Amino acid sequence: MIAKGKIVWISGPAVKASGMSEAKMYETVEVGEDRLVGEIIRLTGDVAFIQVYESTSGLKPGEPVIGTGQPLSVSLGPGMMGKIYDGLQRPLDELAKVAGSFIERGISVPPISHDKEWHFKPTVKKGDIVEAGSVIGVVDETPLIEHKVMVPPEHSGGKILEVIKEGNYNIDEIIATIQKNGPKQDLKMYHRWPVRRGRPYTKRFGSDLPLVTGQRIIDTFFPLVKGGTAAIPGGFGTGKTVTLHQVAAWANAKVVFHVGCGERGNEMTEVLIKFPELKDPATGLSLMERTVLVANTSNMPVAAREASIYTGVTMAEYYRDMGYDVVLVADSTSRWAEALREISGRLEEMPAEEGYPSYLASRLAEFYERAGRMQSLGSPERIGSVTLIGAVSPSGADFTEPVTTHTSRFIKTFWGLDTKLAYSRHYPSINWITSYTGYVDDVSDWWSKNVYQNWRQLRLEAFEILQREDVLKEIVRLLGPEALPNEEKLLLDVARMVKEGFLQQSAFDDIDTYCSPEKQVKQLNILVEFYHLALSALGSGVPLEDIRAMPIITSIIRSKYEIPNTELDKLDKLLGKMKDSFKEIRKVKETETIVK
Amino acid sequence: MSSKSVSGIEYTKVAEIKGPLLILDGVTRSAFDELVEITPQEGATRLGKVLEVGGGKAVVQVFEGTTGLSVARTKSRFLGKTMEMPVSEEVLGRIFDGLGRPIDGLPEPIGELFKDVNGQPMNPERRDYPTDFIQTGISVIDGMNTLVRGQKLPIFSGAGLPHNKLAAQIARQATVAGSGDEFAVVFAAIGVQHSEAAFFRKSLEESGAIKRSALFLNLADDPAIERIITPRVALTVAEYLAFNLDMHVLVIITDMTNYSEALREISAAREEVPGRKGYPGYLYTDLASLYERAGRIKGHKGSITQMPILSMPSDDITHPIPDLTGYITEGQIVLGRDLYRKDIFPPVNVLSCLSRLMKDGIGEGRTREDHQNVSDQLYAGYARAQELRALAEIVGKAGLAETDMKYLDFGEAFEKKFLKQDYDENRTIKETLLIAWKLFSELPDKELTKIKQQYIDKYAE
Repeated sequence: MIAKGKIVWISGPAVKASGMSEAKMYETVEVGEDRLVGEIIRLTGDVAFIQVYESTSGLKPGEPVIGTGQPLSVSLGPGMMGKIYDGLQRPLDELAKVAGSFIERGISVPPISHDKEWHFKPTVKKGDIVEAGSVIGVVDETPLIEHKVMVPPEHSGGKILEVIKEGNYNIDEIIATIQKNGPKQDLKMYHRWPVRRGRPYTKRFGSDLPLVTGQRIIDTFFPLVKGGTAAIPGGFGTGKTVTLHQVAAWANAKVVFHVGCGERGNEMTEVLIKFPELKDPATGLSLMERTVLVANTSNMPVAAREASIYTGVTMAEYYRDMGYDVVLVADSTSRWAEALREISGRLEEMPAEEGYPSYLASRLAEFYERAGRMQSLGSPERIGSVTLIGAVSPSGADFTEPVTTHTSRFIKTFWGLDTKLAYSRHYPSINWITSYTGYVDDVSDWWSKNVYQNWRQLRLEAFEILQREDVLKEIVRLLGPEALPNEEKLLLDVARMVKEGFLQQSAFDDIDTYCSPEKQVKQLNILVEFYHLALSALGSGVPLEDIRAMPIITSIIRSKYEIPNTELDKLDKLLGKMKDSFKEIRKVKETETIVK
Repeated sequence: MSSKSVSGIEYTKVAEIKGPLLILDGVTRSAFDELVEITPQEGATRLGKVLEVGGGKAVVQVFEGTTGLSVARTKSRFLGKTMEMPVSEEVLGRIFDGLGRPIDGLPEPIGELFKDVNGQPMNPERRDYPTDFIQTGISVIDGMNTLVRGQKLPIFSGAGLPHNKLAAQIARQATVAGSGDEFAVVFAAIGVQHSEAAFFRKSLEESGAIKRSALFLNLADDPAIERIITPRVALTVAEYLAFNLDMHVLVIITDMTNYSEALREISAAREEVPGRKGYPGYLYTDLASLYERAGRIKGHKGSITQMPILSMPSDDITHPIPDLTGYITEGQIVLGRDLYRKDIFPPVNVLSCLSRLMKDGIGEGRTREDHQNVSDQLYAGYARAQELRALAEIVGKAGLAETDMKYLDFGEAFEKKFLKQDYDENRTIKETLLIAWKLFSELPDKELTKIKQQYIDKYAE
């Protein structure tokens, strides 16, 4: 039975309807004469409490509410790559064709084109047995993505009675018919899946493959793994969005989802304009060929903002099921939490901290648990991953507020952005003292095998310089730099070099925007080696002033944007030159001693 | 948005009046967000809108306030539409009250169109990314926090700081380099003093810009609840000018703190669960519904550049109003009291400023190839100078190294020569960059790590 009721009360995105005893929790409903999309979030007697995903302006009590019998779902099939969707998976370019430059409500457009034909190649034949999740054919969705058409999860599977031959078809074509005990079942190139339920998988693995982002402070100091979770909290202006854009652009994943959840419209526009121009480092093809955007900007209806994160992660899981490494960046989870708070307030629920609902923590936990590296259902065997990176926008840049504190319990990598660093234009403004990661052990092997044998040792030495600097800074603040012995003054100088030459990285410089793992190691090695040589020079009597005046310092700092990833031998030469300069100043020192 | 209720039904049953809210009983056909006309027993009719409806009740927010309304003798009429503003080119050169009614003694402009004041969200896919450099003639903005056409860049100020002077200077001097296009100015005053509104008006008159300006004034002694509508009316006009008439529009809204307080007042009257400092949990979303109405649209020539001004309560940048604003806008210009005391105008606290769209509005072909590097170096140098100043106060200048002393001088010179300029001084971007290079010449060469060698060779003084 489909529920049919009437609106009895309206306040902003919250609507109550009576006569809804047939309705189910989290069922989607059509609200009012304009058939706005809504979702049932509470049932009391025959009154349903509905959050409406579109503007309710002009809605009246007495207008109809009709159930759909279905939970909020997305369509999954070829045609999603390169698209920009709103929080309900409506393609924004198609909406614009219908409604123009501003978003009107009550418009429904299919999430993926039903007209476009895809070149389908079956990978099974008549008589094969398939199960839920099994691949039955492939489609070249973009030059970068081979889209695997799968039997939907929770499908009975069965014997292939018929499969269509290779050719061009739209998504409504029946591509295979299967049967298991019961009646024959037709399969199409797409199916639907409810967004609030994670897609099933066979097995979950740990992960020891780093997600290489080409951002030095991330890859070297606070790495993330494929299938891992990270949060990036920061006050406004600390560069959350730029950092996320960088990760989305350069991460060595197959597919990238960028969920703009309650953020600026221009940021989505920027991705739409920039990504087609950026080239995938591995293939040289446009990054947009592997990117999907979900945009529910801050001025779009608040309830759809709540849904947008689930819409994004469900689509991401679908590509994971094909066996791909997927990265999803969500900017910002705080706006999502605020949407929860707003709806919770209208429901008159008892609030927890700062008015957020008491289930905020469990919702965050549920979301981040949808990350992971998994073996997919069915055959052939496929392993894919979803990496989740959530921006957090703490009010007043205060990391003790509820969204930041709860999030930090459910993630393993924490990139804490620092307002002070941002003010001095130290970008990315990831604070190396407050940030942490739980993945160093997991990725060490990969670095040792593929990049540099002693990676772990090198990282630790550089990290120690930075940590000791943090302690010494306190002393300097009280007593001035002259109170320190020369060795410690030198350490401060080297720490400054590490900050300027390594930690700071310009997203807007053609060369510096992406730094390959090999370059990262070579740069870091030069810096650490500099410290060793300078320390030993100091020990043999070379004055600190002479070391500070070495012109090679500027070359070392500038190497990040003057030496491209393709000419790394120049860094080896720089290392040689640096060693020579130290020999030089020690010689000068020796001659001076002899003269005296 | 369509009008859906039958208009003209009168409800006289007032159940309750509390704060700015009127609660009507026996309501059967009213719509959410509908406009309501309220006629008190004596005095002019007022306007309100439906905040909540159902169960025979409607909660109506009265823009002009509820003073003088009685339970027994107040008549209210549902108008069957949401609030609309008549728009046409005739609004230019005119002055309106906070609800968009003319107060300059001239007749109401004839509307080409009636537009819903709430607007509609721009489709992000249809947005055009702003990249046109606006030269404001102010070094600290052009050089380090460049404004581009279609950006929303607020001024975070404090009580008594000269934000109005800065905004007026921008309104007067702003041009898109090379195009000569002039901006139409839409000015919305929200709860500001008469003198401040008069200052803006005079400034626009003196520069001749008044002919292409529309002013919306809700002054400090006007009804507080009207403040909710004032920016919406102003932005509705701005959208019409930009996207129907292809004009470049600069919208100045002052003061967003007063707006947020009006919002808090209504929220409190509705007994909503508050977020931080008593402001409603939806303050972010509400502010975004205003700020996001800036930008450009593909296929349209016009643009809306927004410059909202807000005063930070107790100069606290972490207060919810500046905080949430900063999360929505594309950067911020922050004024500082210390600099103002030193008699530096504009007293821009540059380290906490940011222009997010700067990177795409500058560089070769727009301003100059070295612009980004110069800006980065100025930031790095001044940040270091500030750090050393703090240190010098503790350990004395004697405790500093020679290079550090140079940085202290750099900091001084930066404030006096680069930051400081006259209220009517209009510097070109070339002049601004030239001053920067002069400042760099006082630093040792090896300190210029943010600048590429090729630019040093080409531009160093």
